[in-house]
Amino acid sequence: MSTRIATQGRLIDRSKPVRFTFNGKAMSGFAGDTLASALLANDQMLVGRSFKYHRPRGIVASGAEEPNALVGLGQGAAFEPNQRATTTELFDGLSAQSQNHWPSLEFDVGAVNSGFARFLPAGFYYKTFIHPRPFWKHIYEPFIRQSAGLGKAPKERDADTYEHFYFFADVVVIGGGVAGLAAAKSAAESGAKVLLIEQTAHWGGRAPVDGGEIDGMSPEAWIAQTLDALKSMPNVTLRPRCMGAGVYDHGYVLGYERLTDHAPETAGPRHRLWRIRAAQVITATGAIERPLSFAGNDVPGVMLASAMRDYVVNYGVAPGQRVIVVTNNDDAYRTAITLKRAGVEVLRVLDARASGGGALMEEARSLGLRIDCGRAVAKVSGGKRVTKVGICAQEGQGAALEEVACDAVAMSGGWSPVVHLWSHCGGKLTWDDALAMFRPDPKRAPTGADGQPFVAAAGAANGELSLGAVLTDADGAGKSAAKSAGFKPKRTKAPRGDATGEAPLAPIWLMPRAAKVSLRMKAWLDYQNDVKVSDVQLAAREGYESVEHTKRYTTLGMATDQGKLSNINGLATLADALGAEIPTVGTTTFRPPYTPISFGAIAGEARGEVFQPLRRTPIHDWHEAHGAEWEPVGHWRRPYTYRQAGETTHDAVMREVNNTRQAVGMLDASTLGKIIVKGPDAGRFLDMLYTNMMSTLKPGKCRYGLMCSENGFLIDDGVVARIDEQTFLCHTTTGGAEHIHAHMEEWLQTEWWDWQVYTANVTEQFAQIAVVGPKARALLESLGGMDVSKEALPFMTWADGTLAGIPVRIYRISFSGELSYEIAVRAGQGRALWDRLAQAGAAFGVMPYGTEALHIMRAEKGFIMIGDETDGTVIPQDLGLSWAISKKKEDYLGKRAQQRSHMTDPERWKLVGLETEDSGVLPDGAYAVAEGRNANGQRNVQGRVTSTYHSPTLGRGIAMGLVLHGPDRMGEVLEFPGTDGKIHKARIVDPVFYDKDGEKQNV
Amino acid sequence: MLILHCPYCGVDAEETELSPGGEAHVKRFGPGASDEEFRDYLFARENPKGVHFERWRHANGCGKWFHAARCTMTLEVFGTYSAQTTEPPKEIRDAITAKRPGWTWREVE
Repeated sequence: MSTRIATQGRLIDRSKPVRFTFNGKAMSGFAGDTLASALLANDQMLVGRSFKYHRPRGIVASGAEEPNALVGLGQGAAFEPNQRATTTELFDGLSAQSQNHWPSLEFDVGAVNSGFARFLPAGFYYKTFIHPRPFWKHIYEPFIRQSAGLGKAPKERDADTYEHFYFFADVVVIGGGVAGLAAAKSAAESGAKVLLIEQTAHWGGRAPVDGGEIDGMSPEAWIAQTLDALKSMPNVTLRPRCMGAGVYDHGYVLGYERLTDHAPETAGPRHRLWRIRAAQVITATGAIERPLSFAGNDVPGVMLASAMRDYVVNYGVAPGQRVIVVTNNDDAYRTAITLKRAGVEVLRVLDARASGGGALMEEARSLGLRIDCGRAVAKVSGGKRVTKVGICAQEGQGAALEEVACDAVAMSGGWSPVVHLWSHCGGKLTWDDALAMFRPDPKRAPTGADGQPFVAAAGAANGELSLGAVLTDADGAGKSAAKSAGFKPKRTKAPRGDATGEAPLAPIWLMPRAAKVSLRMKAWLDYQNDVKVSDVQLAAREGYESVEHTKRYTTLGMATDQGKLSNINGLATLADALGAEIPTVGTTTFRPPYTPISFGAIAGEARGEVFQPLRRTPIHDWHEAHGAEWEPVGHWRRPYTYRQAGETTHDAVMREVNNTRQAVGMLDASTLGKIIVKGPDAGRFLDMLYTNMMSTLKPGKCRYGLMCSENGFLIDDGVVARIDEQTFLCHTTTGGAEHIHAHMEEWLQTEWWDWQVYTANVTEQFAQIAVVGPKARALLESLGGMDVSKEALPFMTWADGTLAGIPVRIYRISFSGELSYEIAVRAGQGRALWDRLAQAGAAFGVMPYGTEALHIMRAEKGFIMIGDETDGTVIPQDLGLSWAISKKKEDYLGKRAQQRSHMTDPERWKLVGLETEDSGVLPDGAYAVAEGRNANGQRNVQGRVTSTYHSPTLGRGIAMGLVLHGPDRMGEVLEFPGTDGKIHKARIVDPVFYDKDGEKQNV
Repeated sequence: MLILHCPYCGVDAEETELSPGGEAHVKRFGPGASDEEFRDYLFARENPKGVHFERWRHANGCGKWFHAARCTMTLEVFGTYSAQTTEPPKEIRDAITAKRPGWTWREVE
């Protein structure tokens, strides 16, 4: 069993018990525990189930690399899945649930998958679920979806808050172990501004557990002294619980600080995302121990040797009572010695090296430990807990020489530097044969804007594993970073570290070396995703030679731990199977973040009301007070309709259309884009931007225009008014104002920079109110101030003047087909004019109308709407708008593109009107079907619906659509199958349903 | 997250202030151009591993377009310059040649 022991536990406070629950069971630990150490102290070795086979999973590591001990933390709005127990600090009241099991952790139905493991090899999904075809949609996919995903997504809105924090530093040191401390100190002594971040709550990393001496002191004493020195320096910022998540271009670094995870009652944000710019970055991120690949290495109770040592020294927890240590290097002897001194029975040290180790082995032997050299684990037995170990010769197929009953196994396969942050921005690696590791290649470091390296790895992260070398390397990295950042490092000596020398390790990727297949099928590489040695070998046999392909085929390293334990073992296995050298196989790509970071931290404050700015017209408040149902349009909110008591939304829209057509309506059109284009070359410029001629427009007049991209596709439309010889006012769509303005600027600045033109987006400087309907003129006349008669202000002209004493500019333009005045007024007076119109309009029956009534009225008139009739693939010629395309102009944006063969193809679908046979409403987006089926067995299509409404004016459903040879097929009836199973029939008609001759707007 | 110097307003702008505009020095073809010329103008772009010329707009800043010469592999920036030119100015070309001996502008093989 695993239990708390009476001695050790440097990080826990035995005077402060802490209560928590695991799967509802009450447990207790101490302040300073991690959830993992507290679970082990309560003999809870089984903590989860694996993804594919639902195999029992125990705690295997003690830090961020943990693949197994993932739990759901908290309840309700504070629930979070997939949290690593090893990095979760214990607090009073913590509640954790294990994952990926049903009905319970102890008894799991899915574990039956494990019995079928030989039928679920690498690439199983690809191989099995292809045939028969219909089975995929109806049987396989629903089944896989149900079993997919680790943990449960939270259901409630996150109750916590998060924030972003910006920081600038000369040198950022990531990792607060002895290397990070030494590097930060030597950099800071030069005067450079230094930020040192550490992902855990403690400084010093592994050194206090691993032992040795620094400058004649215990590591702990040196750490305390160095921390004091750093804290006293004003140019140094220290942050524990802050992980370096990613290193990006030009010195951008993301830090992820967990502020209150360990103390949820504390006020303030839960996580803080540090957005850092650094001149130089030092990654002092340490190294991670590798598991050994032997059969049963996934049975709960098999643990990394360094992790077992951590639990004893840091938390006073012995993960087992009778332990077998298995290793290919000297470091594991530290664990054996630590266990022995803590009173744990160490049954064997199995050293796979025939000649064994060095001084540490001798020390272990002198303590009376039995050490068997050239020996290996043949197989670990046990279900939810290790029960016994079969021992064999490393050089063999795994015939057991003896079996030893035990309850825990400590394994060590050597160390891999944490090269993630080095690699994020392009740092390359080199293979070190002697240490069997990929380490940063300083000759191929990530480079910054000046082409010089801006990242350096230090200490174990740089492949230096002995204490002395770590400190020398880190001290040098700090000085050199400071120098690169423009500071003069002090000529101080590096801290001197003394540790026992070590014998070389033996690279061992499979145990025993020639393990038979039944053993390889139980030798796990990726614990979370259930990838075994046999799976990688199978992938290699099936031709997956690239490590990136093998990763995706087998899912090796694709779990939430991203292969921190499995990566190197997996690619070494692949290299072996391919008969290739490890460096030629290479690694998969390391991508940020180093460990998962919360969505909350990424979003920061940008949620709820401040997620994005809300744009309000000057009349917004009036709409709100009058029951507007909002429709988001760009960042604006526009009234969709104004529902009155007793009305449905549909009723309201119908009333608004009828009232506008019969009496008078008011529309807040302030959101329409308004761009001033001014200068001697303004006309010439607009001739290039619009498909029609704008330079010939007379001052005082308006003209409708179309804008295309250089690809020929229609991107925007609107009315252009010529204000004077050199000034035009271009109206754009509501959503188009910003990007059309940017479009204009792009062409002016980058193509026609010698043209004398200025543009200004004045959308928000003016409110615009459309007064529409047969009584519109009477209403304006009742306000008084300017002549709005047909003679003084004919259709498609504009005039300046006053209305009710307010200066206005009135455009006689119409998007409804009715007599219509669009009145522009300075934004500050928009609300006043609206109020006066509403007041005076009461006598004429004025009612406001919303965007849906606007849409219906424009569709009744056959006017197109950008985004409905256009979708980025439609050209004006498709929409019957050839009348708005100048034949005289030599050039305009899109002209050449519209001459390309695909654009002039007579088979392009063209705009028509559609009238339903039964007067109903066609489903939006429905396709018109044609005879026959395509290669995928789907019905052939010959058109689609682009806009569809119930027209109260015509008392029937009307629609517009793009149809093959549409304009030549007037009167034909098309069939539109709906998603409701019904076939809707509609007749092809002219798209102008109402007032074809335009008599009503021109009065 | 690149940092580029805006040659108009003088700010060292972070990528969040900038919007990218693809390859620089693409010559416009319009009516009268052959199908091949027009296709290449619209769609054919260089994708070099190395020295590249890009268009950027200081969108959340002064709003001006400018050009950047940089290395897509090392992220090194050789310089930024006005967009109102049809080819990189001499000082930019010299800066690149100094760092990448043998490099020439639109070398014809």
